[in-house]
Amino acid sequence: MIRVKKVSRPKEIPLTEKLYLVEIAKGLAVTMNHFLKNLTNPRSIPTIDYPEVKRPVPPRFRGRHRLTKRPDGTPKCVACYCCATACPAVCITIEAGEHPDPQIEKYPVRFDIDMLRCIYCGMCVDACPEDAIRMDTGWYTVPERNREDLVYTIDMLLSD
Amino acid sequence: MLIDLLIVIVKIAIMLAFVLGLVPVLVWAERKGAAFIQDRMGPAKADIFGLRLAGLFHPLADALKLLFKEDFVPEDAHPLFYRLAPVFAMAPVLLTFAVVPFGDTIEIFGRKVPLQVADLNVGILYVFAFSSLTVYGIILAGWASGNKFSLLGGLRSSAQMISYEISLGLSIIGVAMVFGSLKLSDIARAQGELLFGVIPKWGVVVQPLGFILFLVSVFAESARIPFDLPEGESEIVAGFHTEYGSFKFAMFFLAEYVHVVVASGLIATLYFGGWQIPYLYADGFHLFGKVLHLPFALVVIMQVLAFVVKVLFFCWFFIWVRWTIPRFRYDQVMRLGWKVLLPLALANIFITGSVLLLFGGAKPL
Repeated sequence: MIRVKKVSRPKEIPLTEKLYLVEIAKGLAVTMNHFLKNLTNPRSIPTIDYPEVKRPVPPRFRGRHRLTKRPDGTPKCVACYCCATACPAVCITIEAGEHPDPQIEKYPVRFDIDMLRCIYCGMCVDACPEDAIRMDTGWYTVPERNREDLVYTIDMLLSD
Repeated sequence: MLIDLLIVIVKIAIMLAFVLGLVPVLVWAERKGAAFIQDRMGPAKADIFGLRLAGLFHPLADALKLLFKEDFVPEDAHPLFYRLAPVFAMAPVLLTFAVVPFGDTIEIFGRKVPLQVADLNVGILYVFAFSSLTVYGIILAGWASGNKFSLLGGLRSSAQMISYEISLGLSIIGVAMVFGSLKLSDIARAQGELLFGVIPKWGVVVQPLGFILFLVSVFAESARIPFDLPEGESEIVAGFHTEYGSFKFAMFFLAEYVHVVVASGLIATLYFGGWQIPYLYADGFHLFGKVLHLPFALVVIMQVLAFVVKVLFFCWFFIWVRWTIPRFRYDQVMRLGWKVLLPLALANIFITGSVLLLFGGAKPL
């Protein structure tokens, strides 16, 4: 059995729209309104003038990593590998060395973060027992011209 | 003799400087205007010694970039026609402006100098001839590029331009009938008269339908949005200039904007009184029987400025329309051209002729 389904057809276009001219005049009025509004009041344009003006980052924004320091300026990190283990992107490479202070077992000789692999999940920060790594720089990874420059070393991470 | 030649050369130089000098300004106005219409900032970063001038240096940077790019010829392109096409696109558009008057006749060194490069008595025919020639540049570019998108763009432009050529021509015939001349300087001068003593006898007043037809046709003729099918970025990459780069592309780009200036000049001359300012005559303002006397030099300067202002307004109108209306579909363009504009243009000629015959305004051509 064939059933016929009634489909609503687009309604007849009124004559004023068929003539185009009236509608074009309306459209021109809309664009001119925008133009005049933005010409007389450029502040109303939502554009952020990026390199000069930066969008404010929220306080809990997860940005580029930094390594925190002890009062004497050495890294707080004890090279426990917790962050490297927690990292789902496997971007942290740590090499441990023996610390001269007998109170502290180890310190990182090498601490590299491959920013090209990092997914900014923040799990390294959660995993750290010493509060040695934080992502509170409030800034993104700056683009570089070659891959090697995007592997951040311990000196770069400590300098922030 | 020598001084006559010198005057002509000076006029040509002024004309070229005006038309070509307006192009970068138009490019800037297009980008900045588009940005403001779309609630954006537009170009604002290029600077010379920290001076930015709201992005006015961007066209300059673009021109420099295009000049220093590699000038290549694609492997499949026809080497000669590929190189010739940009010239064919550009030259006729520049030549069209020669017959557009930008001021009244003035006297220098005892000679009568019309402010117009060439005061031809077949001015309107000259305009048609040269505006039709521009299509050759585009077809050549489309065919010689050896690219299917270019070819499609070229085909579209040929079909479109031939369709709109006819309504363009027929719409101006009304103006020629009313003012009784094909000479653009005569048409501009005749528009200084008054209808019923108050309304300036501008083309748009006596030929309102003709004006709308001419406006639509001239948009189609210059291949600007909403009739930019030869380019049609979303459908055929960039149409006829897909394979063009460096300065050859710059010439197509230049031709497009010169076309806008020329079209604006023609609209101003044919329908908006050319260099005429209403009620302003050679000796000053005449209004309601009162006369405000002005020196002749000032009147001439004001009239040239009036022409420039009219041209600038219509250039802006081209930009304004571009950022308002989307592109027509190809079949819609053809239908509009053949089934709407052509009959209306014929009707306009018939109505104009009847009115002139009945009310005795007819002048022998």
